Amino acid sequence: MVFADAGAHEPVARGDEPGTWCGQCGLALADGDHAACERRGALDPPRFCVHCRRRMKVQVTPAAWTATCVAHGSVERTTWG
Amino acid sequence: MTAQATGTDILDVAREQVLERGVPLTQEQVLEVLRTGDERLQDLLALAHEVRMKYQGPAVEVEGIVSLKTGGCPEDCHFCSQSGQFTSPVRSVWLNIPELVRAAKQTAATGATEFCIVAAVRGPDAKLMEQMREGVAAIRAAVDIQVAASLGMLTQEQVDELVDMGVHRYNHNLEAGRSYFPQVVTTHTFDERLDTCRMVKESGMELCCGGLVGMGETLEQRAELAAQLGELEPHEVPLNFLNPRPGTPFGDLEPMGTGDALRTIAAFRLALPRTILRYAGGRELTLGDLGTRDGLLGGINAVIVGNYLTTLGRDPREDLALLDELEMPVKALNETF
Ligand code: SF4
Ligand SMILES: [Zn+2]
Ligand SMILES: [Zn+2]
Repeated sequence: MVFADAGAHEPVARGDEPGTWCGQCGLALADGDHAACERRGALDPPRFCVHCRRRMKVQVTPAAWTATCVAHGSVERTTWG
Repeated sequence: MTAQATGTDILDVAREQVLERGVPLTQEQVLEVLRTGDERLQDLLALAHEVRMKYQGPAVEVEGIVSLKTGGCPEDCHFCSQSGQFTSPVRSVWLNIPELVRAAKQTAATGATEFCIVAAVRGPDAKLMEQMREGVAAIRAAVDIQVAASLGMLTQEQVDELVDMGVHRYNHNLEAGRSYFPQVVTTHTFDERLDTCRMVKESGMELCCGGLVGMGETLEQRAELAAQLGELEPHEVPLNFLNPRPGTPFGDLEPMGTGDALRTIAAFRLALPRTILRYAGGRELTLGDLGTRDGLLGGINAVIVGNYLTTLGRDPREDLALLDELEMPVKALNETF
């Protein structure tokens, strides 16, 4: 799945698509319980692409994070400000 | 002689020795403090707070940090998700200069006076030093904030270069006490870390040097870290609580309990009465909101606001509101403790 609003060079915020894989642990969302992963998400940006499970390049800055999948583009989230 | 051996109470001893006379606790005394029970915790925190107020005052130093080069580090610090030696999901990435300046601006907007640029490296190579030179100049031209750096082990030439760039403080943690260090890092030695710390101190840059607790060390080894930091006399000690990272050798350890963490804060304050003691990584996980407040009333006088290097922090507005409520002003630029 490719998002029209996501590009590797220009990170933009994207809707919260649930995807197939857990962005925290990289396992299938359909398998097992990811409640702990969800809790961890408050203090950890995602590391795995929810659409293809690739490890993403994640840049954390004081007020935001950007996670980039080589195939599915970037997601940026502002954490404050 | 320890307070225990003489039948005196360690908190009474600390009050007379540290608060009245300004003499730091010794390693054995720190250990005694770390061994006090939960029923003494409030008294201990109150004493540590009195010491902080007497020797450092009510102001709190606010800092932001950013990772210039993330991941892919050749070292094997067992707590670190940025080591390339573990199966951590953190991938290597570089921040560009415009983003670095943006991060400094966002940090300054919180009222922070310190902005620390960090790189996951054993020590800087020519490319990193060039990025630093460009980045520090760009920040200094655009933002009113002091620039600090943390780039691993340095040569004397690199120390001199950083001074020349206008970097005013350098972070290089001991990580753990000497006796536990080999269980934490095997790719370099405790003495190599000390070498960099000493060069930094001699250069005129301020030394920021702390460590982590909750990595499976004994209380003796935790007291040892406090004493070894005391010997170094850094300007600032950042205190990190282990945040167990997936894929790292310490990834399965339990986060430290709140009581233990608060006792550690107070004990470090009593060992380092005149040093800036900063909340660094792991405080959200270990202390939460209530513990954050207790630590600020138990010896802490500096905070990192916003996100960390690879993990997220609290909204700075929450921290600033808390400082306001506690009547602890944010330290102004160029104000000294
Ligand atoms: S040197 Fe720094 S970045 Fe590298 S593994 Fe150790 S703590 Fe992590
Ligand atoms: Zn999961
Ligand atoms: Zn993907």
